[in-house]
Amino acid sequence: MLALPCPHCGTRDEAEFQFGGEPAIRPPSAVTDTVWADYVYMRSNEKGPHRELWCHAGGCGQWFVLTRDTATHAVLP
Amino acid sequence: MRLALGGRIDRAKKLSFTWNGAALTGFTGDTIASALLANGVKIVARSFKYHRPRGVFAAWVDEPNAVVDVRWGDQHDPNARATLVSLQDGMVVAGVNGYPSVAHDAAGALDLLHRFLPAGFYYKTFMTPSWHHYEPRIRAMAGLGRVGAAIETRAFETRNTRCDVLVIGGGPAGIAAARAARAAGASVLLVDDRAELGGSLLWDNATIDDGPALDWVATAIDGVRVLSRSTVFGAYDHGSFAVLEDRATAPTGWAEPRLWVVRAAQMVFATGAIERPLVFPDNDRPGIMSANAVLAYLRQYGVLPGRRVIVATNNDSAYATAIALRDAGAVVEIADARPDAPNIEGIRVRPASVPLATGGRGGLAWVDLGPCDGSRRERVPADLLAVSGGWSPAVHLFSQAGGALRWDDTLAAFLPDAAGRHVAGSVTGAWDLATCLAQGHRAGLDAAGRASDLAAPHAPASALTRPILPLWGLDLPGTRQWVDYQNDVTAKDVRLAASEGYRSVEHLKRYTTLGMATDQGKTSNVNGLAILADATGQDIAAVGTTKFRPPFTPVPLAAIAGLRAGALFAPLRHLPVHDDHVALGAEMRDYGGWARPACYRGIGETTAAAIKREATNARFRVGLFDGSSLGKIEVQGSDAAAFLNLMYYNEVANLRPGRLRYCLLLRETGVVYDDGVVARLAADRYLLSPSSSHTAGVLAMLELWHQTEYPTMQVAFHDVTAAWATFAVSGPKSREIVVALGGGADLSEQALPHMAMTETMLGAVPCRIARVSFTGERSYEISVPSGYAHALWRQLLDLGEASGIMPYGIESLSVLRAEKGYILIGTDTDGMTLPVDLGLEGPLRAKKIDFVGKRSLLTPDATRPDRRQLVGLLPADPAVVPVPGTHAVLRDGGGKRSLGWITTACRSPVLQRSVALGMIESGRARMGETIDLFHLGQFSRATIVAPCFYDPAGEKLHG
Ligand SMILES: [Zn+2]
Repeated sequence: MLALPCPHCGTRDEAEFQFGGEPAIRPPSAVTDTVWADYVYMRSNEKGPHRELWCHAGGCGQWFVLTRDTATHAVLP
Repeated sequence: MRLALGGRIDRAKKLSFTWNGAALTGFTGDTIASALLANGVKIVARSFKYHRPRGVFAAWVDEPNAVVDVRWGDQHDPNARATLVSLQDGMVVAGVNGYPSVAHDAAGALDLLHRFLPAGFYYKTFMTPSWHHYEPRIRAMAGLGRVGAAIETRAFETRNTRCDVLVIGGGPAGIAAARAARAAGASVLLVDDRAELGGSLLWDNATIDDGPALDWVATAIDGVRVLSRSTVFGAYDHGSFAVLEDRATAPTGWAEPRLWVVRAAQMVFATGAIERPLVFPDNDRPGIMSANAVLAYLRQYGVLPGRRVIVATNNDSAYATAIALRDAGAVVEIADARPDAPNIEGIRVRPASVPLATGGRGGLAWVDLGPCDGSRRERVPADLLAVSGGWSPAVHLFSQAGGALRWDDTLAAFLPDAAGRHVAGSVTGAWDLATCLAQGHRAGLDAAGRASDLAAPHAPASALTRPILPLWGLDLPGTRQWVDYQNDVTAKDVRLAASEGYRSVEHLKRYTTLGMATDQGKTSNVNGLAILADATGQDIAAVGTTKFRPPFTPVPLAAIAGLRAGALFAPLRHLPVHDDHVALGAEMRDYGGWARPACYRGIGETTAAAIKREATNARFRVGLFDGSSLGKIEVQGSDAAAFLNLMYYNEVANLRPGRLRYCLLLRETGVVYDDGVVARLAADRYLLSPSSSHTAGVLAMLELWHQTEYPTMQVAFHDVTAAWATFAVSGPKSREIVVALGGGADLSEQALPHMAMTETMLGAVPCRIARVSFTGERSYEISVPSGYAHALWRQLLDLGEASGIMPYGIESLSVLRAEKGYILIGTDTDGMTLPVDLGLEGPLRAKKIDFVGKRSLLTPDATRPDRRQLVGLLPADPAVVPVPGTHAVLRDGGGKRSLGWITTACRSPVLQRSVALGMIESGRARMGETIDLFHLGQFSRATIVAPCFYDPAGEKLHG
């Protein structure tokens, strides 16, 4: 079980968090279908350092971005 | 036999137990294994595959053979390890995997067929017609104890804890580490799997700091939190560990094992080492034991497992056993595989000598000794053969925690690569006490990260320190040399697997089942992979180990589940008037995590009849429905309207206060996520009604979008679902009941039309009345704070009595909504359904802003004309209700192609026929067509119609 840093509450057990996947920048609707589909569906799924969204759902409710090494689970600054 | 003196047992406390029905005795402090050995029991088990007789081999978690069935009071452990279970008065112990008993096993004849049962035998033989044909009989022959039904009801508890330094292992190194870390100011948790701390000190008769070692132990742990009888069985991420605490002998009486989840900032691995067997012909005979286990039985339990003993070894550790046996009065010889032989008083030491064969009926009678090549042999009588093939550091948890291992040729062991981690004791390959203590002290200080002026403990250096001579089986054709006792894997099986191409140790393991028994190969793995290395011409380092995974020792799944089982696994939420529903005879079922009434069956009434009665009554008179589980999310703030307009598919910003609108909520994929009524309470305040099972999800979605995409908008969300109870009064006679309820609200059609709401007071109770309908009839949803739910429920039933009011359940509501074609998200829709598929295209054309999911509705796929669309279906046979999931098919020659499927179907009481909803390709263009349905090989027919079977103009909503 991971220990994750909530920006408000400090380090807490993974069980308190909800995973939100890789963040994506929402493009304006004027973009092409391909650009829009990339935003909606395509994720890099990196092995190694990976930026991802987490929500301290069982605590303060804050969503935040965390960089985690997906191979070692190390939380990176 | 039991010696007259010695051991750490309480000879004043005699215990009675039975072994396979025979009455035996032992003492408090015994394990089942030590008591059986004290009583001269040789055969304790039959092996898994060949049903060979097996005796106790080890003294702790590494025991491969002695798995027994234990009953004590109403407790039953069908697969207990006899070396771990503390003997209790009245225990009933029996062998497993033997019929009629392990001593006289009818299936023992299987062993005669061993030539035909090589490695991979099952994969090669039982494949025609299929494995499943043979599996039940093979499972009955193999396997261990039989699980009783009682286990389901046992309650296991879980605890969480944290510490600065977790020390795993309560031997000398672990205790020294805990002592040092504590002195440096850390909070220390020391976890040890024995009843008594000390590890090897329990049988070594050692001296620490110039006094008895166990006296030192007692003072060293001052201030250290200790979990005894507790096994760290798993190392997980970020310093989390799972620990199983055996509480069978808890001071308060028998208790289920307890799971601990430990979060440690730093940890010290002082996990010790496990003695390996020697691999030689017939090395599995009862009476052949680990040399160190023999020492443990002697010193811990006062048990002498044999009087005429041969100690066969390739290293110095077994000499302590030989000397202790000599001192206990046994006749002892040492067969040392190494060429030089030290002088030991009273013991003959044979150099360059190994066991070449063993014999005896029901136990051991003789051992042939000679050089490794078998060129000479001498038969020596013996009733106990104590063996040591060297030591394997217990690197399991270190490796699980991500530590790297390296093979050390000199020590013939896989050692932990300590860089950046704290390791101490024999797990590092240090075999003498002085080194273990020094390492422990250093590791404790390092883990604490602070200095201390506490002196390190000291002990005399070991006398014997000659190097080990690695020995991985003997090259003697035609012999059977056992590597994995429990799973019956021989050296020949390993070589066969190698010759068949299984060169990877992971493949070897799965093909031969080496190391896959309940002992997880603690005694066999290194021997097995060394033989594999030899057979494949590789270095042991190149072969490597199989991956170490949790659990280190068997753990009951029930202990991991803890209290999250049975009724507590996924507890249902209860409605505020749950008891009223039950009192009315409601059949409560799980709907989206809530216990809700399916219907209210009268005495002798069928479910179908109750649904028909309730639905008909709501159509033509008046029904009462508990909608309290429906979500209620309040949204407030100066930007509430603008924010919700970005979230919802439908326009909500132009909604006037006091008005309601049915709205869809989409995912960014354009797929319909939820539907519900949005009410505007005030200019800056909305009330959303998500589906009962989506409330948490909708709230999370709103928070995500607010926090990540629109953080500057002034808006806040609050889930008030549990704060309000909501009852729907529905039917032609609903208005008169709500009027009779009183309160000052104007309920006229002008003041409160369909899709409007008002806030009022019922006496001193705040109340919301909304005109919203899921039945197609005039309906009022009345909400009060949950504390008043019972009073309102009773009052509505009383006021409605003259009008014929009846409560109706979810199943009845489902019929009413299906007749109207009102969809249920997740039932009529799926992960591909877009609003246009439901015929709701208006907002897409009208709404200019980029609401969630909008852009996805403009893609070529979203605008395809042949998308599946919501339609009604009238089955050709009005008496038949098609099964949801039934496909509509286009028959094309001999084949057929799916056009979609039925999502909802029921028998409509008002139409007195079956009706269905479905998602059908180009459905709206097929109105009036009759199509084929196909389900489980059967065809039927249905006509496509508009998805509303009753009152399509909606006149009854206002009537
Ligand atoms: Zn938080």
